[in-house]
Amino acid sequence: MAFNGMMSIDTSTAQPGGREALDRALVAIGAERDRAAFALVFRHFAPRLRAFMIRGGCDRGDAEEIVQDVMVTVWRRAETFDPRQASASTWIFTIARNRRIDRLRRERRPELDPNDPALVPDAPRSADQSLALSQDTRRLESAIATLPQEQRDILERAYYDEKPHSVIAEETGLPLGTVKSRLRLALGRLRKEVRDHG
Amino acid sequence: MGEIERTLGGDGGRLPVHHIGEELLLDYAAGATSEAMSLLIASHLALCPMCRQQLAELELVGGAMLDALPDDECDEASLDAVLARLDRDDVTPVQPTAPVAADPAVDGILLPEPLRSYVGSDLNKLGWKRRIRGLDECVLPVGGARVSLMRIHQGASMPKHTHAGNELTLVLTGGFTDARGSYLRGDVAVTDQHVDHQPTADLDEDCLCLAVVDAPLRLTGRMTRFLNPFLRI
Repeated sequence: MAFNGMMSIDTSTAQPGGREALDRALVAIGAERDRAAFALVFRHFAPRLRAFMIRGGCDRGDAEEIVQDVMVTVWRRAETFDPRQASASTWIFTIARNRRIDRLRRERRPELDPNDPALVPDAPRSADQSLALSQDTRRLESAIATLPQEQRDILERAYYDEKPHSVIAEETGLPLGTVKSRLRLALGRLRKEVRDHG
Repeated sequence: MGEIERTLGGDGGRLPVHHIGEELLLDYAAGATSEAMSLLIASHLALCPMCRQQLAELELVGGAMLDALPDDECDEASLDAVLARLDRDDVTPVQPTAPVAADPAVDGILLPEPLRSYVGSDLNKLGWKRRIRGLDECVLPVGGARVSLMRIHQGASMPKHTHAGNELTLVLTGGFTDARGSYLRGDVAVTDQHVDHQPTADLDEDCLCLAVVDAPLRLTGRMTRFLNPFLRI
C-alpha cells in the first residue's frame, strides 16, 4: 500500500456552475467527439481519479495507467452518458470503480443490464427528479464536508479504500455495530439532502 | 427498510418485498463485494426498482466523494498521452445498445441478467446434483464464495441449518417460506450465523434459487447432522 493516510475532503475548489459544464462536456464528447470538451473533463477528473486510485492502494505508476484507461473509456463510452440518469461525477465514479476492481482484483464486476427483458421496470419518474441530479452532487458535497469527522472517516474508507463494513471494523478496531451505525447516520443525512431538496 | 405493498410493475413484474439491505448495497456501490455477491446483488437489482433507486443514490454519493478529492494540478503530459491514444484505431466509440427483442426465456424461466450470462441458455444442461431428497444443486464457477443454483422440489422442507458466514438466497421461480416469512421471485433472504432456518418450498411448483454462501453451512437438526458430509455447503 503506497499511500493510505487520511485524506481530508477539499471542497474549496468547487466552482458554482462547474458541474453542469462537465455534464455538457460529456454530451459534446459523445455527440461530436469534441477534444476541447475532453480536455476540460480530463483536467477536472484526472487529478481526482489519481488520488482515488492511490488512496485505494495503487502505486503512482499503476494509478497513472488506470487513470489513463478510465479517461479513454470515458471517451469511448461518452455516447452512452445520459445527463438525465447520472451526473458526470457519478458516471465517471462508476467507471473508475469498475476499472479498479478489474485491475487490482482481476475480477469481473457483474452488473445490471438496463436492456434486460427480465428487468422489472421503474415506476414512471417525474422530470423534476431527473433534473435535480446535478444540483444534488453539489449539495451532497457540502453535506459531506459538514459530516462529523468520525462519520466522514468511515465513509472515506468505504468509498475510497473500497473496504466492506467488516474490514473497516477490523482496521479501525471499532465494533462492527459502530461502523454500521456511523455509516447509517452518514448516509441518512446525505439521503435527506438528496430527497428533501430533489 | 419498510416493507412495501406487493404490487405489479408495469409489465406484470412483481415487486420484491425482501431486499438486499443498505449495508450490502453500499459495499456493492463502493466496489467492495466479491464477484459472487455482486452477481446475486445485480440479479436482484434487475427485479427490484426500489433497490435500483437506492443504488443510484449511493452511487451519487460515490460521485460526490470522487469530486471532493483534492483538486491537484493536472498533469498536461498525461493529457497529451491520452489524446495520442485516442488517435489510434482501436479506440472506437461504444454505441448505446438497443433493447434485446429475442426471447431469452429458458424452459419458460426468464432468468435476470447478469445471472443469465453466467448460466447459459439451458438449465437442463447444467451439472445438477441431488444433494438430499427434495434438493438439487448446481455449483457455478464464480470467485469469492460458494455460488449455486438450488432447486427445491415443490413442498419439500430443507434440513434445519445455520451458517458460519452469510448466505444470500435470491428466488428466481416459485417460492419458499421459513420462520421469517414468504419469499417469491425477486426476494432475497439474508441469513447469518444467528438465524437457524428451515425453508420449505411452496406447494405448487419447484423453487429455483440462486444461493451465495461466503462460509460453510452447518446443519443443526438432531437427525440431519450426518448429512453434512454430503451437503458440503
